[in-house]
Amino acid sequence: MNPGTKNRQRKSLPAAVALEDGSIYRGHGFGATGAVCGEIVFNTAMTGYQEVVTDPSYHGQMVTFTYPLIGNYGANTIANESGEVHSRAVIVREAHNLDRNSSAEQGWVDWLAQRGVVGVSGIDTRALTRRIRSEGAMRACVYWGDFTEDEVAARLEATPPMAGQDLASRVCCEEPYELEFLRGERLVVVLDFGIKRSIIKGLGRAGCNVKVLPAGSSADDILKLEPEGVFLSNGPGDPAPLDYAVTTTRSLLGKVPVFGICLGHQILCRALGLETYKLKFGHRGANHPVKNLDTDRVEITSQNHGFAVRLPEALAARLEAGRGGSTFFEAPPESELRLGTDFGDAVISHLNLYDGTVEGIRCREVPAFSVQYHPEASPGPHDSRYLFDDFKRLIESA
Amino acid sequence: MRGYRIGKGVTPVYKAVDTCAAEFEAETPYFYSCYDRENEAVRSGRDKVIILGSGPNRIGQGIEFDYCCVHAVMTSREMGYEAIMVNCNPETVSTDYNISDRLYFEPLTLEDVLNLVENEQPRGVIVQFGGQTPLKIAEGLEQAGVPILGTPQDAIDLAEDRGRFGEVLRKLEIAHPPYGTARSRDEALKIAARIGYPLLVRPSYVLGGRAMEIVYNREDLDRYIQDAVQASHEHPILLDKFLEDAMEIDVDAVCDGEQVYIGAVMQHIEEAGVHSGDSACVIPAYSVPEELLQQVKQHTQDLALELGVIGLINIQYAIKDDEVFVLEANPRGSRTVPYVSKSTGVPLAKVATRVILGEKLSSMDLPSEPAHPHFTVKEAVLPFSRLPGADTTLGPEMKSTGEVMGIATSFPAAFAKAQGAAGQTLPTSGTMFMSICDADKTQAVELGKRLRDLGFRIVATSGTAEALEEAGVPADPVRKFTEGKPHVVDMILVGKIDGVINTPRGRGARADGYEIRRATLRTGIPCITTMAGAEAAVSAIEAMGEPGIQTHNLQELHGNHTRSS
Repeated sequence: MNPGTKNRQRKSLPAAVALEDGSIYRGHGFGATGAVCGEIVFNTAMTGYQEVVTDPSYHGQMVTFTYPLIGNYGANTIANESGEVHSRAVIVREAHNLDRNSSAEQGWVDWLAQRGVVGVSGIDTRALTRRIRSEGAMRACVYWGDFTEDEVAARLEATPPMAGQDLASRVCCEEPYELEFLRGERLVVVLDFGIKRSIIKGLGRAGCNVKVLPAGSSADDILKLEPEGVFLSNGPGDPAPLDYAVTTTRSLLGKVPVFGICLGHQILCRALGLETYKLKFGHRGANHPVKNLDTDRVEITSQNHGFAVRLPEALAARLEAGRGGSTFFEAPPESELRLGTDFGDAVISHLNLYDGTVEGIRCREVPAFSVQYHPEASPGPHDSRYLFDDFKRLIESA
Repeated sequence: MRGYRIGKGVTPVYKAVDTCAAEFEAETPYFYSCYDRENEAVRSGRDKVIILGSGPNRIGQGIEFDYCCVHAVMTSREMGYEAIMVNCNPETVSTDYNISDRLYFEPLTLEDVLNLVENEQPRGVIVQFGGQTPLKIAEGLEQAGVPILGTPQDAIDLAEDRGRFGEVLRKLEIAHPPYGTARSRDEALKIAARIGYPLLVRPSYVLGGRAMEIVYNREDLDRYIQDAVQASHEHPILLDKFLEDAMEIDVDAVCDGEQVYIGAVMQHIEEAGVHSGDSACVIPAYSVPEELLQQVKQHTQDLALELGVIGLINIQYAIKDDEVFVLEANPRGSRTVPYVSKSTGVPLAKVATRVILGEKLSSMDLPSEPAHPHFTVKEAVLPFSRLPGADTTLGPEMKSTGEVMGIATSFPAAFAKAQGAAGQTLPTSGTMFMSICDADKTQAVELGKRLRDLGFRIVATSGTAEALEEAGVPADPVRKFTEGKPHVVDMILVGKIDGVINTPRGRGARADGYEIRRATLRTGIPCITTMAGAEAAVSAIEAMGEPGIQTHNLQELHGNHTRSS
């Protein structure tokens, strides 16, 4: 059979997104054929599709891009956030396979096909997004090929929910490794829950050399390396099953400066005694406004998380009162943002202006702070890069 | 084709513009169409009206229509309707997300409008506030069974179709300039021979006077037919007798089928032949004899009732030798509606909307005859300083891109204010250059005297200077551009001239003045190209020398009879 005929036959195969709630969105397949299941989420960033699908935090998820044209500047090695594609499927309005951009090494569709990622295009992504928004993130099956309804339903049924799974230990490094940077002055141990390459670059740019350890490493393993700071990385899924990481963090607090991003932030907060919960549909995009309550400035941030830190009830109620009927939050004074933890007072340092969720916390009595969002961007704006420098300063003042 | 498409189930859905990629629940009632899966513009159960806007702003379809649309939306909402705005121009007020109950950002084509009528099921569609663009699709809407609110389609056709409109005028015994419609060169020449030159020629169905020209002789007409427009059976050209030196009058009125309310009678300051969008005009019509004024009002009333207008109508008249001619009637809001409303304090578009939605003028308590304790002058703002090299002579093709209004207790003072606001502040001293065609020379001499009395030095082209000198008005001759250096253009460019009065007549002379006007643009001095404009300008300069020009504020001026505007 010649390749043209084969391609035409492939293209005529059915492709769709079947949701847990029974709704189905039919489109056209691209990338690789097959049927995959996982949690369906949406990302509102206009660029950075390759960074998104290679970000380990998307492990096991299927990403709907709300921006209508995806693939328009091709794919290249430098944009990879890890060694593989972590999202199981991509869902777009329109997929392009152009490779004429000067930095493109390959067309995006070919790039996905080579990595066995199933894609569905021609989807009313606005309708799908509205559905996820109103019904919440849910399980879905994305397929391209001849699959019966029963097959799809059975696969969906067999898919475990996102909450309660320890995904970090599946995506972190298997063996420790270290990286030295030109301006590296300080030694930071990174506890890897699925770290993005640009976070390591961010630490390097701030003047830190890194030793990266797998998620399950103990406090002794870490302290043995005599680090000047410890970084809790981002990663996929639910922080609740990661008790081992919480235990490790509790043993580190007060002994060495700690900085966490995303999942790392949630682990730090759990170590301080706070709880985490699953958001209805999460934050995934590159334009979420976050208010830095220290500087009183709003940062436009890159976000990618489905879980968040729960505030003590009294503090949550106070914030809700500050909402005053508007979408945006009026932040209360710092004195009202303090909370007692197992490691002394901590203060909420950053708030999400969309929904008032906790975006950052800083301990007042031990050297530790963390943010929920992504200062390394990739994709997204660079408003918050200063946090890496803050970490280095914290190390130096400790 | 539409039937075939719908038969195949291919119908559009509407998506909201929420500026957040649907990440959050948004309440912006702002929609666009696409052929996709989910329709976000779910119909409400309310009684609704659709108001069609004017589409992209371009010269000839100005923001004035947007003003009318916004007033129509506001009034419909006040009257309890869900007001649905359709327009495809983000730079307008009608397309602000918070003006209407719903906004469809759609092209103003029959197909797109029918699609959203299907989606909304309104009580009807209002087509008369968006200028010519929505008026053009009224026929198709009606044929598709969509109710047109206000002036019915047949009445629109009656006013737009030359033959039918001619019948109406004959029946009402109202005069109009002789005209003809030519489908070939021979036919055009025959018509020209019958009605005589000069002629106003244009292709049928044009907007903003595009490709419209005044021809003075057979050669001009030949050239026009050959170069500018190919007359054909499908695209005939229209020839009207051009009433040179006539005075042009514009009337905006509202009719409810029983009664006619005259918003204002405006007198153009330039003669007929300058596009109404470009000419300065004044309320009240200060130099029209009372008897003719009454005749204009009577004609307006008769025409509006006879045509069957429900809502706004704009009628253009020319007065020549004490005779009133109807030039054209437009059964829709005109670009002078905002000016009239602001001048008189009666918001015409709002009044019209009430009439369109069933109210009667008699129930509205309008001031029976707008009192005019003040003069208001509308002046066009021309874009020439941004378009180097453009020919700045005014003619039947509209060129302005904005307008301003001057208010004062006398006409000259109001004119002076309007000129200043339009960026053409008149000089009160210095040197005035005059180049006047033969027909205007008598009048020019008189103006020259007045300018001398004001202390101006006058320089003029040889012919004009001679005429002035003969009448005892000292004037220094200066060379024309074509007569070699040093010429008047140099003088203008080095700043030796403070104002220009240049009235070209005939195509050759008009082209001659091109360099002069270009130079005035570069130096930013006023360049007046009509005798009527010159007369107004000189009076205005006189008024500027007098004490007591005050500022007036509209709210105070209209405080006593403004209705919710």
